[in-house]
Amino acid sequence: MSFIVDELKNGALEVQEYVHLCARAFRAMVTPPTYRYDIIEQFDMVGVSSLTVVLLTGFFTGAVLALQSGLTLDQFGARPVVGRLVSASMIKELGPVLTGLMLTGRVGSGIAAELGSMVVTDQINALRALGTDPVRKLVVPRMLAGIVMAPVLTVVADFVGIVGGWIVASFQLQVASGIYWSSILRALYMQDIWMGLIKPFALGFVIVSVACHVGLRTSGGTQGVGRATTVAVVTGSVGVIAVDFFITRILISLMY
Amino acid sequence: MAEKSRERSSAAQEVLDAPGAPVVVFDHVSLAFDEKVILKDVSFTLISGHTKIILGASGAGKSVTLKIILGLLAADGGVVWVNGERVDQLAEEDMMKVRADLGMVFQEGALFDSLTVRENVGYRLYEESDMPLPVADRRVEEVLGFIGLGEFMDRMPSELSGGQRRRVAIARAMASKPKILLYDEPTTGLDPITATTVDDEIIKLRDLENVSSIVVTHQLRDAFYLATHTAVKENGTIRVVPADAQKAEQAEFMMLRDGFIAFEGDADELRHSEDEYLKKFLS
Ligand SMILES: Nc1ncnc2c1ncn2[C@@H]1O[C@H](COP(=O)(O)OP(=O)(O)O)[C@@H](O)[C@H]1O
Ligand SMILES: [Mg+2]
Repeated sequence: MSFIVDELKNGALEVQEYVHLCARAFRAMVTPPTYRYDIIEQFDMVGVSSLTVVLLTGFFTGAVLALQSGLTLDQFGARPVVGRLVSASMIKELGPVLTGLMLTGRVGSGIAAELGSMVVTDQINALRALGTDPVRKLVVPRMLAGIVMAPVLTVVADFVGIVGGWIVASFQLQVASGIYWSSILRALYMQDIWMGLIKPFALGFVIVSVACHVGLRTSGGTQGVGRATTVAVVTGSVGVIAVDFFITRILISLMY
Repeated sequence: MAEKSRERSSAAQEVLDAPGAPVVVFDHVSLAFDEKVILKDVSFTLISGHTKIILGASGAGKSVTLKIILGLLAADGGVVWVNGERVDQLAEEDMMKVRADLGMVFQEGALFDSLTVRENVGYRLYEESDMPLPVADRRVEEVLGFIGLGEFMDRMPSELSGGQRRRVAIARAMASKPKILLYDEPTTGLDPITATTVDDEIIKLRDLENVSSIVVTHQLRDAFYLATHTAVKENGTIRVVPADAQKAEQAEFMMLRDGFIAFEGDADELRHSEDEYLKKFLS
């Protein structure tokens, strides 16, 4: 019994610390000083480092979507609307979520490992001793990069996914290119686009803030860094999928 | 308004600048992590220009003591004064001003491994001051020259030896000319010859730049070396020579044990102590 109470207490404490970190980061975003070079550097790191993996995942996801929905659509003789299915799934769901998961694996783990090793080697303490607030110097640039780059990468993933679907549709399913693209354009609703763009902002924030929180709370030497990295990836991935559900729920009741 | 009330009167400033002024004061400080009590009741004073050498077994709370001075950890009880400011209740933002007068050499150096030696040493000047770039560059070169690592300016910390890393850490701590320097086991893990080069830097800073210092160590050889040597400047060259008795008195030893101060005194008193634990520690 006391074990459960302890766990609950720890959980509550963890959430409290997380909210506290987010609040500090937001306050630091709107007040000076800002570390401009670190922000630019992080945009580069987050965006460029994840581009390849996002391109590959997006492409193959779109392609496999076309294959699978081709099979299903054939049962209704509706093969020509394959483009519409691919684009709707990519833009609303798979683009944001898969990009989010890739970012968690690539960026979230990197952040947790980097901040974690800075904690256990006293570099975070050294920053503070030298007059720097680690939240401003380390967390804010990473959060900004995550919040901005996640939507950008999602748009890229959406696009290559639709291209992947097009390649499968024209070479495997024998759907004419004109039909594929026009079925996409005709079915492209504004609400879908909004949903596809709002989600990655939130997901980018969740991934990076969780990773920063976990990294900065690392303890227990090198082993602790390994543990923090795993926790950041697992928590981040679950967070991405859970947050995706709740945002979808909210946006559906607001927009549709 | 709050800003105003913090400002120090000129009289108070004068007292702080005078020789013999207390620059760090611990008054009945205690600290525990969960159930584990680290410091039970620790009181000591560091006098301006003096060196406090803190001895103690591993885990005795030496690093914790330094972190409390820097405000990186908050004490559970007691009062801590640093440079005329009461720091035990200070918020992080206000603590930054106090830290401007403090330099810390962390246990393993804690150099930023993504920055070059130059960027590490000049960190505070480049990132946290309005100092023009050329002036900051010159200061970094001067500091690295003082420490004898001028040619390593553009290396990464991972490309340095253990002794060089410690010296770069000292250079980083002294770059902004702090009044108080805190060293956490600056010579642990170094061979005796390299350790002496690090000790010499500490002595040079103390005697030529007039900083007050707290040196945490569990290596007695280095502790006694620091207490019994002094740096002199003779026609342009700096030499470290054995000190006279009066200088040796300015190095105070203190031993942390089980959360209390088990010994306090100068080098001679430590050598001739009859305490069993101290004798064992010394042998
Ligand atoms: N942040 C912390 N959280 C929990 N325990 C700590 C923390 N920092 C230090 N300790 C514990 O406090 C004790 C004293 O640590 P420290 O001051 O680093 O010892 P040392 O005298 O060797 O420098 C150790 O047992 C250490 O495990
Ligand atoms: Mg220590």
